[in-house]
Amino acid sequence: MPHTDSAGLLLLPLFLPLLGFLSILFIDRAQEKAIKYVTLIFSMLTFFASLPLWFMFNDGLDGFQFYTNISWIPSLDAGFRTGIDGMSLLLVVLTTFIMPISILASFEAIGKRQKEYYAMMLLLEFGMLGVFVSLDTMLFYVFWELILIPMYFLIGIWGGKDRIYAAVKFFLYTLVGSLLMLIAIVWMGLYAKWTPGGHFTTDFLILKQLAPGIPLDIQIWLFLAFALSFCIKVPLFPFHTWLPDAHVQAPTAGSVILAGVLLKMGTYGLIRFNLELFPQSLHLFAQPLAWLSVIGIIYGALVAMVQTDIKKLVAYSSVSHLGFVVLGIVSVTPEGLQGAIIQMVNHGLSTGMLFLCVGVLYERRHTREIGDFGGITKVMPKFAVMFTIAMMASVGLPGLNGFIGEYLTLFGSFQSKFLNNPWFSIFSASGVIFAAVYLLWMFQRVMFGTNDNPKNHTLTDLTKSEYWQLVPLVIFIVWIGVYPKTFLSRSELYAQTLVGSIEKTVFGTSAYPKIKAIEVDASGIKKAEH
Amino acid sequence: MIQDLLLTAPFTFLSAMAIIAMVVDALIKNSARITFLFSVITLIVSGILAIGTFGQHGIGFNGMISGGGFSSYFDVLFSVGGLLTIFAARSYLQREGIEHDEFYSLILFAIGGMMLIGHSNNLLTLFIGIEIMSVVFYILSGYMRSSIASVESSLKYFLLGAFSTGFLVYGMALIYGATGSMDYGHISMNISRGALPLGSLLPIGIALMVIGLSFKAAAFPFHQWAPDVYQGAPTIVTAFMSTAGKAAAFVAFMPIVMVLMPAAPAKLQMTFAVLSAATMLIGNISALAQTNIKRMLAFSSVAHAGYLMMGLVSGSQAGYSGILFYLTSYMFMQIGSFIIVGLLERRGEEHLQISDYAGLSKKYPVLAAFMAIFMFSLAGIPPFAGFFGKYYLFSAAIDAGFLWLTVIAVFSSIISVYFYIGLIVKMYFNEPEKEMPDTEFGLSGISLFITIAGVIILGIMPSGILSIANAIFGHSTH
Repeated sequence: MPHTDSAGLLLLPLFLPLLGFLSILFIDRAQEKAIKYVTLIFSMLTFFASLPLWFMFNDGLDGFQFYTNISWIPSLDAGFRTGIDGMSLLLVVLTTFIMPISILASFEAIGKRQKEYYAMMLLLEFGMLGVFVSLDTMLFYVFWELILIPMYFLIGIWGGKDRIYAAVKFFLYTLVGSLLMLIAIVWMGLYAKWTPGGHFTTDFLILKQLAPGIPLDIQIWLFLAFALSFCIKVPLFPFHTWLPDAHVQAPTAGSVILAGVLLKMGTYGLIRFNLELFPQSLHLFAQPLAWLSVIGIIYGALVAMVQTDIKKLVAYSSVSHLGFVVLGIVSVTPEGLQGAIIQMVNHGLSTGMLFLCVGVLYERRHTREIGDFGGITKVMPKFAVMFTIAMMASVGLPGLNGFIGEYLTLFGSFQSKFLNNPWFSIFSASGVIFAAVYLLWMFQRVMFGTNDNPKNHTLTDLTKSEYWQLVPLVIFIVWIGVYPKTFLSRSELYAQTLVGSIEKTVFGTSAYPKIKAIEVDASGIKKAEH
Repeated sequence: MIQDLLLTAPFTFLSAMAIIAMVVDALIKNSARITFLFSVITLIVSGILAIGTFGQHGIGFNGMISGGGFSSYFDVLFSVGGLLTIFAARSYLQREGIEHDEFYSLILFAIGGMMLIGHSNNLLTLFIGIEIMSVVFYILSGYMRSSIASVESSLKYFLLGAFSTGFLVYGMALIYGATGSMDYGHISMNISRGALPLGSLLPIGIALMVIGLSFKAAAFPFHQWAPDVYQGAPTIVTAFMSTAGKAAAFVAFMPIVMVLMPAAPAKLQMTFAVLSAATMLIGNISALAQTNIKRMLAFSSVAHAGYLMMGLVSGSQAGYSGILFYLTSYMFMQIGSFIIVGLLERRGEEHLQISDYAGLSKKYPVLAAFMAIFMFSLAGIPPFAGFFGKYYLFSAAIDAGFLWLTVIAVFSSIISVYFYIGLIVKMYFNEPEKEMPDTEFGLSGISLFITIAGVIILGIMPSGILSIANAIFGHSTH
């Protein structure tokens, strides 16, 4: 049952970026400074507006919280239905947290057409938040596609040399997946109409109740349509080829958002739709998906190893890291699922930070070739510290965030009833080692050694602005690494309930959920736990 | 008699005014300004009359003409299309030096013909409506007398159009022979009773009528005239023909299909499904190869006829509502993009290459942004009107059991995205190659504003038009 208490709290951070977008449109394009600061202020406001969600979210409640249901298209029963659970809460806050940082990172880097740029950034934030809070398939699809437009312009206008190719590739790849998903969404709405006494609906909660009744042979197709769309977005091997192009060509802030939030839409969708709606089909496809993630983990790592461009290296490391997330998801264990959710956040923080660091180097030297650098530590000591933290977090050093996520996903996949094969974990574990190889090796070539390139002698260390972009990320990277419970406890009940319901559907019994949800009776008074 | 006139008030009023307008420009020299204002008022009044008669369902003039609901809605749509066209036409025609006095009265006549199509309840009235509209289109497409392309376009359209009219008339004659009536109601009754004196003629009659109407809708394989005619005709005329004209073709199609579908439901559905699939694929694939923007939009308009046919395939209330919604949103996005093309074009030929649009966003940020929105909408990207149009049509087709058609539609949409966003790539990502002319918006600004607002509002709040559509078709299809 969705909980509607203080639902307005969710709408505020959702609509603030849209309001910001509209205000930017009315500012004269010559007022560049005003545009920058209005954007920054709106993104900060959005972040602060999302904090009450974090504090008022009740870990012990089952189901969606801050639920809103406003009629939108009555004849299709499509509504403005939004709400969050433990998983979407983390992603919403991650989004509102990353945005001000990326906007700040754009202040110096973006020189042309600033009005369009900042308008697109806010539109992008609106779309991303919308995806994470939508509980209506129509609304979800609208937000999902809405993101294409700003991202397409971000890559295409402010990107690097091959930006047009990368932008069009990004657009078409994503669209192929999402249009097939659209057919699945329409089909499910019609299925609701075909059931006796039913009517067309796009209400996620109703569809979730109806989904188990769909015949398995059709369920498989629906599962595949959704999965294809999400796997392209993740991107799972072999649908990853758009990612390196998009990452390398996108401006720094674009890469941060792409890695930090956009890719998570794919893994979020896998959990929200494929896991929640089609458990039986998941049972059939868990192993193939797990193999693809294992291939992705190893392939991404091996390709990253031979890159000479730092940004491309980080891009391929994303393919590898996202493989862990998908592996955790298809393991369908509470540990694996929680690991996947926390790993989404981790990857957003540490890879986002790596991209910011690459951006710092690029701003100074206008090159990203590893061979052009060497011995940077001596001229940029502050930067060296930050880069080390980002790199170590990405490698998965215990004490920093990456370790927690990777450990949990490997643990989950090891004991998974769905995968039922320890080799998945054994192969994937090698990805952690590879990550250490390619990141440390890159780090050594860039930061250590002799600084023999005269152009590198005079590099300035981090500016104040750059420093403060990185510090908040460091705080959370360490926090999650040392005391992950703050974040894990948010998604614990959700993960256990979901695994419980999937196992009951597939195997008939389940030991989960082991923790009990707070019961809410009709009058809305919460009863104490028994 | 009074009741009959009331029922058809928007149409009769507009026709009378069109005749007066024609007389006025015969009597007064340089009357373009007067006829322009006269037409604006006429269209606004007949639009209001149409809204007023929306609730008055009925049949008049001895069963020849129907009114209210369906016909009223399209009366409004045609009036709006006419207004958008003539607002944009004034500055366009002046720029091109072809603002002859009769232009506006011709537009009124064309709209009169379209309205008659919407009001017809008999094959004869339908035929008269189609012919009034077509004759005006033949004239308008050759309106740029000094341009060879325009004259060629007119001649081509006239010859092929006359040929297709032959199919239409022959089809009507055979249907009359087979069912013994020209009246929609009687035909439908006779088909459902199986009381067909010469039943074997019916399939041939239906086939010939479908061919004739497919020609008007520019659907495969009767679409070959469209690119040449749309390219050669003055841009504003193209805007009008490719939207209101296409809408009129589907307005003719819908009641005919409702009436004739029961004769052979499965076969007709399959015929339309094949036509629809071929139309969208051919339209989109051909559009990929175009370098001229008008030609690209012409082929894309062929493809859109394919999407619209998905609604005919389903033959359900949802399908017809989908067509109605799609025609409405298509009117806004297509007229809007042609207005922008018209604003940048000079002497009928210049600045029509897609490559001329390179870097447009630098000189004209607003025009480029509008064009981008129209392109996203045509490509069916939410949250714009084109997306919801497609959503309804897809959903109707799947509901009718045509999943394969929807899958083809999805793939042809993906093809179409390539050339729609190709234009955006030019406008935003490339550097200008050619200096685009300075342009005066004039009254086109009003049309542009209405079209862009329409595309966005219909995209965000589609429920208004959709509930009207459901009211109309819930009433007439059971």
